[in-house]
Amino acid sequence: MIGIIDTNAGNQLSVKNALNRLGCTCLISDDADALRKCDKIIFPGVGEAKHTMSHIREKALDQFILSYKKPFLGICLGMQIMSSYSEEGKTACLGIFKTEALHFPENEVVPHMGWNNLLNFEGDLFKGIQKKDDFYFVHSYYIPINEYSIANCDYILPFCAAMKKDNFYATQFHPEKSAEIGAKLLENFISL
Amino acid sequence: MLKKRIIPCLDIKDGRTVKGINFKGLKDAGDPIALAKSYVDQGADELVFLDISATEEKRKTLAQLVKKIAREINIPFTVGGGISSIEDVKTILLSGADKISINSAAVKSPLLIKEISSRFGAQCTTVAIDYKKVQGKDEVYISGGKIATGIKLADWIKKVTALGAGELLLTSMDHDGKKQGFDLSTLNEISSKIKIPIIASGGAGTSRDFSELFTHTNISAGLAASIFHYKEITIPELKNYLLTKNIAVRC
Repeated sequence: MIGIIDTNAGNQLSVKNALNRLGCTCLISDDADALRKCDKIIFPGVGEAKHTMSHIREKALDQFILSYKKPFLGICLGMQIMSSYSEEGKTACLGIFKTEALHFPENEVVPHMGWNNLLNFEGDLFKGIQKKDDFYFVHSYYIPINEYSIANCDYILPFCAAMKKDNFYATQFHPEKSAEIGAKLLENFISL
Repeated sequence: MLKKRIIPCLDIKDGRTVKGINFKGLKDAGDPIALAKSYVDQGADELVFLDISATEEKRKTLAQLVKKIAREINIPFTVGGGISSIEDVKTILLSGADKISINSAAVKSPLLIKEISSRFGAQCTTVAIDYKKVQGKDEVYISGGKIATGIKLADWIKKVTALGAGELLLTSMDHDGKKQGFDLSTLNEISSKIKIPIIASGGAGTSRDFSELFTHTNISAGLAASIFHYKEITIPELKNYLLTKNIAVRC
């Protein structure tokens, strides 16, 4: 059973649909006790950082996430919430990754919306992924390349496309919306 | 490198796909899910579903259809047509659409854009605009192109971007259906100034039309309906052509 954190913002259904297509059963919930029983957790992300953080705190999910020891994957806003701080709503975040989410420069086309390839990707999550493969991105804030980076991307500037620390994984792109390539990455996460 | 997006558009009426024939009759073109899946298999980068159902009652079936699409399709899709309130938006997004597009309702009540964008994020707020040249100036039309608003296109775009639109879907009514190319001059002017992604629509007839769109403007996506429905161009053919012109696309 894969737990999907209900962020009260919309696209948890997309993640559920993607997992169901891979034959996985999942539970969408914002209840820590229910989520604790899951083998893995996905923290999907569409919405706004400050509102999502207050929802997480209100449901006491912040402490739960920090104490979770099994594989955990944050997607898009989920990844940004796993960092220390987001410029979006100027909010403190979970601090799993000691890094910050910053807004892309104002004079460029934002959001970064569409299919882009990864650079310097490595590790189990990317097994079977090739250099030419594109993933779907849609975001206005980015995390600079840092010590936890396991994949980078280039739009306006090089930025961090995926991170890992212990059992925590995060992707800036949306594997659940990235066709067969995204499904492959989710399968890799499920097999961890 | 960010790839240029190729987006087939499916018109939906009462839960079925329809094709317009020279803007007169509408012909049933079958199950939207089967058609959508075939576009995904061919390498479409996103899909747009436009509901043109005539009545509110028929429109209610849209949410059910969106749920089915979301279960079957593994690429992003936008749903538009008749969305006029924050409740409509919520229903469609919670059914699994990635973005919604609003058109007439935004003109009638511009603050709706701000409401959607602040509640659900700019990334899912696409503003669709139909425009036509009137005495040499581009003017905004609503209600499926039937009603002139008297609003200048440039003014409206400035306003919707300030209100929080995350993407524009621009349709040139003068070029739509003519298959003689996109409206390059207006699209170039707008895309050189506007700092959100723009989908161009209206006028695609050949692969060359897409290559000119991406070579001569900063537009990030091209949308078409009939040329894909009638298989005048297939998506793999189009993408292969664009690659020979050094335009980055997803393959």
